Amino acid sequence: MKTKLIIRKLILSIIMLVLALLVVYPFVLMFTSSFKPLNEIYQYPPKLWSENASLINYKKVLFEQNPPFWKYVNNTMIVTLISVAGTIITASLGGYAFAKMKFKGRDALFLLYLATMMVPFQALMVPQFLLFKTLGIFNTLGALIFPRLFTPLGTFLMRQYFTDIPNEIIEAGEIDGASEFKIFRALVFPLAKPAAATVVILNFVWRWNDYEAPLIFISSKNLYTLTVGLTNFIDDAGMAAENMVMSGAVIATIPILIIYIMGQKYIIEGMTAGSVKG
Amino acid sequence: MTEKRRRWGKLTPYLFIAPNFIGFIIFILIPVIYSLVVSFTDFNIFKGFGAATFIGLRNYSNMFLDPGFLHSLKNNLMYAAVTIPSMMGLALLIAPVLNKNVYFSKLLRAMFFLPYITSIVAIAAIWKMIFNPSQGILNQILFSLGFQKVPGWIGDLKWALPSIMIVGIWIGLGYNVVVYMSGLQGISTELYESARIDGANGGQIFRYVTIPLLQSTTFFLLITNVINSFQVFGTVNILTGGGPGNATEVLAHYMYINGFKFNKMGYASAQGWFLLLLIFAITLFQWRMQKKYEETM
Repeated sequence: MKTKLIIRKLILSIIMLVLALLVVYPFVLMFTSSFKPLNEIYQYPPKLWSENASLINYKKVLFEQNPPFWKYVNNTMIVTLISVAGTIITASLGGYAFAKMKFKGRDALFLLYLATMMVPFQALMVPQFLLFKTLGIFNTLGALIFPRLFTPLGTFLMRQYFTDIPNEIIEAGEIDGASEFKIFRALVFPLAKPAAATVVILNFVWRWNDYEAPLIFISSKNLYTLTVGLTNFIDDAGMAAENMVMSGAVIATIPILIIYIMGQKYIIEGMTAGSVKG
Repeated sequence: MTEKRRRWGKLTPYLFIAPNFIGFIIFILIPVIYSLVVSFTDFNIFKGFGAATFIGLRNYSNMFLDPGFLHSLKNNLMYAAVTIPSMMGLALLIAPVLNKNVYFSKLLRAMFFLPYITSIVAIAAIWKMIFNPSQGILNQILFSLGFQKVPGWIGDLKWALPSIMIVGIWIGLGYNVVVYMSGLQGISTELYESARIDGANGGQIFRYVTIPLLQSTTFFLLITNVINSFQVFGTVNILTGGGPGNATEVLAHYMYINGFKFNKMGYASAQGWFLLLLIFAITLFQWRMQKKYEETM
């Protein structure tokens, strides 16, 4: 009986592994092609590793394009890091107030926040475009940063977490005479680190991968982020440099992959957060 | 509590909310209202606001007379009708196995989930290679299996939309698997054991225990998938641009083209509001139904 169960588990594991490998295979193709010379990327059957593999595609993509990809990497980094830093500050301050403070209009305001989480980007793109023109931030990295310094979803996640933190902790701080901000910063926020990590990691992924906003709000190639820069490169170089396109795709994927390996739990749980509370 | 403290006490919550709320007003609330206003005009970016005239609901009524819009809507519905059952069906088979009956469950889960967090542009770049009609791996495999006539995939009038669907399923499968897995964790193992003691086999347990208990998870996934399917954009824009012809034109892309290629911003805004109302209605329906579930459980 016991061995039968083990064999069953083994067989199921193998079936699942084959399926999972099928899902991951396009990434393998991307990774291996990025090192190959152009004439080898469509070889069939595909070879995992070429004797002619080199880093030359990366060198060409990163430094010898106009604009070079390192600029896109740089722009993407700036946008991502500033937005994420802003978002965690605004989300934790706002989430704390929604969770632990009493003030007029709190519940109505929170409902409004929830409702805006539904608003699709498509409903915002035209007015934001016009607004950014008026504010003078169209075609600057600011157009990608300012609207992302706060997120309703981040605020929501932080609020959920703060709600579960016992009031006694806040009361203890009040008895000691600490200011509201001090209570928040020194007593409550440190307890909410798991939620903060989720907000930071999710927003990092979303900002890094953002495609629509830079597509619409950025017009100078020098200010392109990786996603739009890569799209532009696909259109320009196309078939003539597919190995280099793959290097570009790897460059766009690697940071996300690293974050994913380090914070898999936060990503998966954060992205499926709405599902479990039923 | 000191006098000073009480005075500040009233203001403090607003100070905490302020950074968040200012951004919310400027970048979401004002644009959403602005977009509603623009949607009642024939606004064109080249003519500016002065030249825009109020045309009432005409943008909205035009939508349903515009063959391009109706075609996009139809494509969206077909996309949803194919991708959603495929993703959910596959996920329903994979999730219970990953949950209990495999080694390295976490690693496998991570592998299935990987496409979901990858940049849509990187994904499109890879699939463009895979779909290459003469040299891509997909057709190479079909050739080697002896097929003479193979699809032209993204360049093929008949196969372009199915190609976009394949990529969509590939991206979304992992999300569906993970949500089903967390749904399964809520089912107590005692239920399975008592079903087994009653003599039920694996298939029966799946059919009569697992599926019914996952009902609310299934409903949640269905709604989420429907909402997401109406926003499919990146794969279309990069892989086909809505083509060939308008074979893969979908709402989000059609709006983008109208607003930023044809400069019909009034019309694009009306479509944006249409999408917003659609998503709003679906979500309200979800809340209603969820309440019903909670009452019957």
